[in-house]
Amino acid sequence: MAIFLNKDSKVIVQGMTGATGMKHTKLMLADGTNIVGGVNPRKAGTSVDVDGTEIPVFGTVAEAIEKTGANVSVLFVPPAFAKAAVVEAIDAEIPLAVVITEGIAVHDSAAFYAYAVEKGNKTRIIGPNCPGLITPGQSNAGIIPGDITKPGRIGLVSKSGTLTYQMMYELRDIGFSSAVGIGGDPVIGTTHIDALAAFEADPDTDLIVMIGEIGGDAEERAADFIKANVKKPVVGYVAGFTAPEGKTMGHAGAIVSGSSGTAAAKKEALEAAGVKVGKTPTETAKLAREILGG
Amino acid sequence: MDLFEYQARDLFAKHGVPVLAGEVIDTPEAAREITERLGGKSVVKAQVKVGGRGKAGGVKLAATPDEAVARSTDILGMDIKGHTVHKVMIAETAPEIVEEYYVSFLLDRTNRTFLSIASVEGGMEIEEVAVTRPEAVAKTPIDANEGVTPEVARRIVADAKFPAEVADKVADILVTLWKTFVAEDALLVEVNPLAKVASGDVIALDGKVSLDENAEFRQPSHEELQDKASANPLEAAAKEKGLNYVKLDGEVGIIGNGAGLVMSTLDVVAYAGENHGGVKPANFLDIGGGASAAVMANGLEIILGDPDVKSVFVNVFGGITACDEVANGIVQALQLLKDKGEEVTKPLVVRLDGNNAELGRKILSDANHPLVQRVDTMDGAADKAAELAAAK
Repeated sequence: MAIFLNKDSKVIVQGMTGATGMKHTKLMLADGTNIVGGVNPRKAGTSVDVDGTEIPVFGTVAEAIEKTGANVSVLFVPPAFAKAAVVEAIDAEIPLAVVITEGIAVHDSAAFYAYAVEKGNKTRIIGPNCPGLITPGQSNAGIIPGDITKPGRIGLVSKSGTLTYQMMYELRDIGFSSAVGIGGDPVIGTTHIDALAAFEADPDTDLIVMIGEIGGDAEERAADFIKANVKKPVVGYVAGFTAPEGKTMGHAGAIVSGSSGTAAAKKEALEAAGVKVGKTPTETAKLAREILGG
Repeated sequence: MDLFEYQARDLFAKHGVPVLAGEVIDTPEAAREITERLGGKSVVKAQVKVGGRGKAGGVKLAATPDEAVARSTDILGMDIKGHTVHKVMIAETAPEIVEEYYVSFLLDRTNRTFLSIASVEGGMEIEEVAVTRPEAVAKTPIDANEGVTPEVARRIVADAKFPAEVADKVADILVTLWKTFVAEDALLVEVNPLAKVASGDVIALDGKVSLDENAEFRQPSHEELQDKASANPLEAAAKEKGLNYVKLDGEVGIIGNGAGLVMSTLDVVAYAGENHGGVKPANFLDIGGGASAAVMANGLEIILGDPDVKSVFVNVFGGITACDEVANGIVQALQLLKDKGEEVTKPLVVRLDGNNAELGRKILSDANHPLVQRVDTMDGAADKAAELAAAK
């Protein structure tokens, strides 16, 4: 089972032939991902030898779907061209588009998100500015290192890439059903709530770890959702308690202004919903471990 | 990036939003010639990125060119809520104001779309109006792809109940303001007050604009809008090297990879500091997902150049970044600084986990630098770094 991604997922890579795309295509293949093609209009009809696997390059996402039955696209397209690439994926009605690209202008991500909604939400967007998602032992769509941990029964959803890795590492002996990096930009496709709902419905997930950070009110809304809809235990962590107001800390979304959006407010909201919140990543992992009885 | 009022005014003018004439200066004497050109009188307005400057004495009328010079002398150098005034705008005096409105476009993160906020009760803090008289504030979601067409603008005007005699003018302004918002890749464009003057004209008297730094690749002219004069010198140096650095007020220098992990590191160090005399993190520095040895060296040079830093905590989880690269970066950076004659005297605590961690740890052990200690857990390393900073 797992969420959004499994061994049957057929993955294409938009921007595969670039340096970053090629590097991560190799890594995804090594993790067992079924990569069925790349997309690059200028190299359509050719194929690329990736460590002994011949990957065909298609001119468009629609063509790739038609020829291979692809149902996931991972995007490594540079910021200037990302909007057009996501719109193309939406037009082709691919069920899942994982946008790894960092540094996409907000007007572009707001535009492609609105477009996806307008087209009837046939394409789930994860990201942008995210590490993607992994279902250990089955498939890896993005840049999360495949060798941190193994299959298990914890579901993880996080705004931050490296905190995702850190948490997977802390709980590597237990393992994960799926880990989803939703990205830290102000406009993202898949939210904490979407992932929480999917993990709640996933029979292979026993416990959910949710990582948030300052900025916006996604964690507060996730807390409301948990209270009303999630029966599985949830453990949380929020980064950014010591971040000063009005300063952007790397993620364009992680900016605190005014009283809402602070780490303290998020922690409070999550605890009020029955979520155990750790002070540090290590303490958070310990809380998860206690609940699982290990 | 938040802009000064004069920069917002210039962008509004560029896209056709009606504004008053105004020019920015940084020496008082320059106020004379501008005021003469404006017909002998002007308003001297402090340029600071903080609200409430009028109450603080940062906005003064000048009835003659001499007075404009005198008021500029008063205001330049003034401190307004911790912001030093480096520039003043010499602006045309506003005609008699009859009514004051409020209009803005901004990103609505919660709904992942754009939002228009409009009110006929402008002039004061809109947050206050929104709380005390929510019915006086009209919030209208804007479709990112449709944008603000004349029809949408008329709907906003109707929702906010603008008087009939200004409805067309305000709708036109909303369309041009939306053009500004999109063309400049803004996160916020706000006009407050949008004034109806005695002649019946509607003019943007003051404004705020915040720009999306992610859009710099297609907004080359935005570079010159950066406030280099007020930037912290360390932040400016870091930006020059392409580093994502924010100066804070503590003693433990922080280097990590990934914004979330670095934010978490700041928190963990602050908690550890509670047991060590209250030491705090001195900065945020994210060397990024695929950091090379050269990037690590650049980062370390900035941190060690901060006189407030007493110890340094390098916290890396090797995902894409390989820990051996990071370890090599640290060793090379220390050598580089030594070669430059800048002797390193501050202790470094390094925690490496993940991709090639064993290799990275071995490189550090082999280098055996007297100031570098390895602690292999995040919490333990934070505690050690805080302890070392407190001991200094």
